[in-house]
This record gives sequence, structure tokens and C-alpha cells, in this order.
Amino acid sequence: MIRKIGIPLLLALALIAPWVGFYPVFLMKALCFALFACAFNLLIGYVGLLSFGHAMFFGGAAYATAHMVKVWGVPTEIGILGGAAVGAVMGLIVGSVAIRRQGIYFAMVTLALAQMVFFFALQAKFTGGEDGIQAVPRRPLFGLIDISSDINLYYVVLAIFLAAFLLIYRTIHSPFGQVLKAIRENEARAISLGYKVDQYKLMAFVLSAALSGLAGGTKSIVFQLASLTDVQWQMSGEVVLMTLVGGIGTIFGPVVGAFVIVTMQNYLAQIGEWVLVVQGIIFVVIVLAFRRGIVGEIAAYWARFARPARH
Amino acid sequence: MKKTLALATGLAAALGLGQAAAQVSDDVVKIGVLNDQSGLYADITGQGSVLAARMAAEDFGGSVLGKKIEIVFGDHQNKPDVGSNIARQWLDVDKVDAIADVPTSSVALAIQEITKTKNRVFLISGAASSDLTGKACSPTGFHWTYDTYMLANGTGGALVKAGGDSWFFLTSDYAFGHALERDTGAAVTAAKGKVVGQVRHPLNTSDFSSFLLQAQASKAKIIGLANAGGDTINSIKQAAEFGIVAGGQRLAGLLVFITDVHSLGLKTAQGLVVTESFYWDLNDETRAWSKNFMAKHGGKAPTMVHAGVYSAVKHYLTAIKEAGTDEAGKVAEKMRQMPVNDFMTKNGQIRQDGRVMRDAYLLQVKKPEESKGPWDYYKVLSTIPAKDAFRPIEQSECPLVKKS
Repeated sequence: MIRKIGIPLLLALALIAPWVGFYPVFLMKALCFALFACAFNLLIGYVGLLSFGHAMFFGGAAYATAHMVKVWGVPTEIGILGGAAVGAVMGLIVGSVAIRRQGIYFAMVTLALAQMVFFFALQAKFTGGEDGIQAVPRRPLFGLIDISSDINLYYVVLAIFLAAFLLIYRTIHSPFGQVLKAIRENEARAISLGYKVDQYKLMAFVLSAALSGLAGGTKSIVFQLASLTDVQWQMSGEVVLMTLVGGIGTIFGPVVGAFVIVTMQNYLAQIGEWVLVVQGIIFVVIVLAFRRGIVGEIAAYWARFARPARH
Repeated sequence: MKKTLALATGLAAALGLGQAAAQVSDDVVKIGVLNDQSGLYADITGQGSVLAARMAAEDFGGSVLGKKIEIVFGDHQNKPDVGSNIARQWLDVDKVDAIADVPTSSVALAIQEITKTKNRVFLISGAASSDLTGKACSPTGFHWTYDTYMLANGTGGALVKAGGDSWFFLTSDYAFGHALERDTGAAVTAAKGKVVGQVRHPLNTSDFSSFLLQAQASKAKIIGLANAGGDTINSIKQAAEFGIVAGGQRLAGLLVFITDVHSLGLKTAQGLVVTESFYWDLNDETRAWSKNFMAKHGGKAPTMVHAGVYSAVKHYLTAIKEAGTDEAGKVAEKMRQMPVNDFMTKNGQIRQDGRVMRDAYLLQVKKPEESKGPWDYYKVLSTIPAKDAFRPIEQSECPLVKKS
């Protein structure tokens, strides 16, 4: 019922959004973060792994895309895919180290490796230190679509987001996804059933890293810059916040969370230093009152509401 | 005949006026002050810059060409992507005509690119990198208050002459720090001094011990602090704790603002030599303006960045009035033609590369017993004339400068 009406409605809204007063750059930013949060959610929501270093994939890919497009002059689409590939390779390296541990140890290993990537980004010549890589050109996509116009680029970003979102949706609902959920619920049991748990975890980790990279690469094209902000640990924290606010382990949760946080950052910029305080308060309220996150609470409410009707 | 002529002239004048009035886009002149409202540059820029811009608008009568002047502000949190996001939104949606202040060179470089592409005026007061009038210059971007070249030449040149001929740099590891280190190094070498080494620390460092130990071990006579804001404060304090100054080495604050001296206290900061392009206690005019500013800013003295924002906004508004339009290209041209004259600037010229030529002052922090009242912190050692304070235009890498 919800699916039949809700999804086409959301899609229609996404298609007309830039024409009804929403600022395209803001929408693109929100979509990039939504994709990033979805990729992160794939790991925490469906495998139960809390990564505290996802900024390294996001930021690493942002730098890779920016460098490829600006310095090497590769076409935009190759640049973005290249970013995702860099994310995947980093995910493979980091993942093969990190998945050997669970819980807080897993989080700490990913954080430590992310800090190493941050240090590399700070010191390496090609990243430009605090300056970042500025003025990344927006060259026509496939040599055809002029993305220097924000509206055109918005539809490109929307397409990238939808493709990735669909991939995540399919992954979760595939037999592979079922195994991941089994690992989340009871790892020992999954092992006893004969699943090679480490391989499944690694695959999920690489997928999540690659999609984070896709988000980072896209973002560097949207803003025409890649900077230390993307690779800083605060970014890893922000994506946790987005997922938590929206609802861990729900499909739409991270998207909602990302929109809420990005909207706050955007429209509260006027109130200056208070924006961080407001963000903190909202976070506390959500953790205390809506522990399942916005979408999680709505889903739970819907389930309570719908169940008696079925009798 | 006479009547017709008068009528025609009258009509033409009315048309001309009508046109001029219609040329203010969106019926409002909106200036966005974009800076750090919550982080380490919040004291140097922050609300003070917003206040300065508002004061300039008020002194202008609140309107230009019959249209209201509006000041808005945003917090870029020292992040280039946050700054770029706000700036794009201001220019695309919120009808902002000019962006002012923008400390942190990395953000300023991003905004310079955006204002150049979107043809809006950029009044830089808070950022320091001399690249902004170098290879990243823009026809509508103006570097108003100071730059790394000025800081480097002022402090660097003067200290070498006073015997501090070997330097070690403690550099903030981002665009601004690098530029400051490079330019000061050049000034030191030009004055026949020697740079013996440097160490780079991340922005917003709280523990400088390992960096200071390297500086101490270098045995350089001068330790140049190529950083700013809270980083400078922390490094000066911790240098005192390590006994670096007591051990015979001297600290040169390459970018020390009066607010930094205030939070350090004269006891810690005394003797420090700094270069600024404005000090509130220079003459009657600066005192009068600053008194007004302090009354509205909780008694805190204006920094040179605050004064620069006022000066830039005032000049921008005057140029709009003179040009009869707020179209960025025409206003920028007018701004270059008119000399800058206000309480802090005497006959300042704006060069082709966007550099505002103004005098700078070599200042020394007073001893506690020399200070007669609140904010009485500096004595003026010398005035550096504009032509010596800034990079000669022949050396500019700016593509707008036509090389003959």
C-alpha cells in the first residue's frame, strides 16, 4: 500500500523539486549525503558493524575524483566512477584488516585507519593541504550533457543516487542480504550453518566503501572542490548522526536523516554558532525520545496501527 | 524651442534617472558577511565584522540609489565546502550582491572562484593569502586590509635589521600558513637573514610541545609564528612555559591581532613585534570610529579586519552610487577609479590585481607598566608606506595584470 503510492510520490517530488523553489545545489548536497548515509547504513543496519571511519572512503574518493578531473583531465563520468573504485580499493584494504574484530574494536580500527588517511590527505602534495583541490571543472557528461547548469547536474546526481539506492535495496533483499542479516542477528549460528562469515562481511564492507566513494566523488563535482572536511573524523561522526536520526536499519531512514541534518546546516547558518547547539539538542532529543529514529518510529507506529485492522 | 529643449532635457534626465534606479537588481543592495562565527577566528572577524558592515550601511543612510541596503551574515565554520554552499545559495537564491570578509584563505579562494564565475563583488578583509591578488585574482575581487606579503615584509624585514638574522618557522599547515612562511622566508632572505628550518602543525592544535621543542633545538634567533588566532595564542603561551623567550630566542607573531594580545595579556605578549594595517589609537579619526564601534561591541576594540570590512563596504556603496548600478563589473571598475578615503585609509589606490594599497604599521606590544588603559596595547615603531608594504605589481602572477 505505502509502496504503491509512496514511492511514485517521492519520485515525482524528487523530479519536480528544483522547479518548486528548492535550491538545486542544496538538493544535490542532500542527495550526496543521503547516498553516503545509505552506504553507511548498509553496514551498521544490516551487518551490525559500526564503522567510525567512513569519511576516509568519502573523502578519499572526493580527492581522487577532483584530482582526476582537474589535473588529469579525465571525463566527469570516469572521474566519478574512478572515485568509487578508489573507495572500493580502500574498502578492500581497510575491510580485510577491520572485519576481524567486532563492536568497539571494529569501530576503533576503522577510526585509526581513517586518521591515517586524514594525515595523508593533510600532508600529500596533490591534495593541497587545508586548501583542498579547488575549482574542479564541470565538464559535459558523456560529452553531451552540460552540467555547468545546476539544474542539469541535479538530475545527473538524482540518477546516480537512484541507481545506487536501487542497488542497496536489491542487495538487502537478495539472498546475500539475508545472510548479512543472519550474521547481524547471530554470527556464531551463521558460521555453524556453513557460511563463510568473513567473506560476506568483507563483501558488504567493500560495497559500502565503494558507494561512499561514489557519494564523495559526486560531491566533489557538485561543489567543485575536495577538502579536508570530507576526510575528517567529524564527517564519520556526521554520517553516524544522519543514520541515527533517520533510523538505523531502515531503507529510507538514512535518506530522511541526511535531509534533516543538511537542512539544519543549511538554513540555520544564519544563527551562527548556535547551529551546533541546536544540532546537539536535536540529537539528544532523538536519542532519548525516538530511539528508532524518525523513519523507525513511523514504521513502528504504522505497524501498531495496522495490525489490529488485519484481525 | 526653448521649452521643447527643456522638456527633452528633462525627459532625458528622467529617463536616465529611471534607468539608473532600475539598475539595482532585485530592488535591494544586499551584502553578505561570510566568516567564522564560532571557531578560532570568531574574535578577529565574527560578529564584529557584521557590526562594521552594518555601521557602514548606516553611515551611508541605509539606502543607495533609493534602494535599501541589507546586511546578512553566515558562519562558514572555516570549511571551504560549507562556505561555498552558503555563498552559492546567497548569490543564486538570496539576491546577495557582494560578499565581504571571509577569513581562512582556503574558504576565500573558493569564494573568489564563485564570485568570479557568477560576476559578483568580493570584498576580502579577513583572509590573508597573497594568492588572492596573485594567481587567483579576480576582476571583481578586492583584497582590502592586509595580506601575507605585508605581514612578512613588515615583521620579517624589520626584525632581520634589528639583528634577528636566523629564523625558524612554526607554520600552520594550510594555505595561509604556507603562504605566510614562503613570503616571510623571502623577506628574511632578501634582508640577508637565513631560514634554518620549519615545522608544520595542524590547524587548531592545542599541544605545541613537540613543535616548540624542534624550534628550540634549531637554535634560531627568531621563531616566526606563521599561524593565526587560537593557534598563535597557544603557541605564544606554551613557548613562555618552555622558557623559549627566557632562553634568548625571540618570537615574531606574523599574524597577531589586537584581540590576541588582549587574551594573552601584556605580561605574556610584551615585546612582541607585529605588523597591522590599523590600530584604533593611531589618530583622532581612528579613535572616534573605534569609540563608536566599541560602544556597540561590548567594549571590545576593533581589529584591522573589522575596520577593513567597514572601509570596503563603504567604498563599495559609494561606487554603486557613482556608477548608478550594482552590476558587479561596472561597480568594480568604479571602485578602481576612485581613491579610497575613510578613517583608516588615506588616498588608497586599488590596483589592477585587486590589491588595495594602504600604509601598514610596525607595532610593538607595550610592557604592562606602559599601558595606560584598556586596549592600550601597542606603540607604533614605524609606518610602512604602501609601496613597500605590498608586493610590487611587476611581480604579480595575476593574469589581469598586463605585462608590458
